[in-house]
Amino acid sequence: MSGDPCDRCEELLQDFLDRTLTDAEWREAEGHLAGCDYCSRRYRFEESLRKYVRTSAVERMPPGLMAKLDELRGLDATA
Amino acid sequence: MSEPEPDTEARRIATQARDRARFEEEALSLADQVYRVARRLVGSREEAEDLVQETYARAFRSWRSYTPGTNMRAWLLRILTNLNVDRGRKIQRTPQTQPLEESDYYLANKMASAAGEEALETDDVVERLSQDSVVKALSEIPPQFRDVVVLVDIGDFTYADAAQILDVPIGTVMSRLHRGRRALKQHLAEEALT
Repeated sequence: MSGDPCDRCEELLQDFLDRTLTDAEWREAEGHLAGCDYCSRRYRFEESLRKYVRTSAVERMPPGLMAKLDELRGLDATA
Repeated sequence: MSEPEPDTEARRIATQARDRARFEEEALSLADQVYRVARRLVGSREEAEDLVQETYARAFRSWRSYTPGTNMRAWLLRILTNLNVDRGRKIQRTPQTQPLEESDYYLANKMASAAGEEALETDDVVERLSQDSVVKALSEIPPQFRDVVVLVDIGDFTYADAAQILDVPIGTVMSRLHRGRRALKQHLAEEALT
């Protein structure tokens, strides 16, 4: 590991939460997080943020759209 | 069975009708999930409704090109994203790239300066950002990055599914996703904290 370990940990953040790190990178991140409140807090924040983004972004289908889609059943390929 | 055996042609037609009805049922059961993604890919509810209707019209017409047992949600989204590119992107040919210099901790650092370092450990710190600002920030990510963020983080598609839907390599999905998320956080930092 070269440079600032917190910078390195920041680089691993997204892949860590996506679970796409290699075993070696995973150990590297875990090892650093175990002793670094600064990075641990930021990882935790990122995790909450992802959930919050999902919750905020979800909008249910407007009433009436389902009926319109249902009417499309049986559409002919040549139509 | 005591009934007479239907002739081959009639049986073929009946099988096809049943397969088709099954396909339509399955596709319609995914409509809410398809809409959810569509809504965040376009600017308004009306556009999302139109896009979903166009998608289903095309899907129902070309139902034979769907391979049973494969991921229908991804198949529908592939139709949808193609239609979306066809219809909208021609108009809004804004620059496809923008400088994304801020790093992954940028928003967290801003929150820490505003609310204190310990606030980052609380579950509700993110609620300092309004849900409207999240929706707005998502809409401001450049389209090619936003598509991936919406598919993966809102639509729960895997990298591989997103790559298939957008017809780009997985590596491209990953780099766009990473950049898109950083852009999202940058917009959130600008909008929610200034």
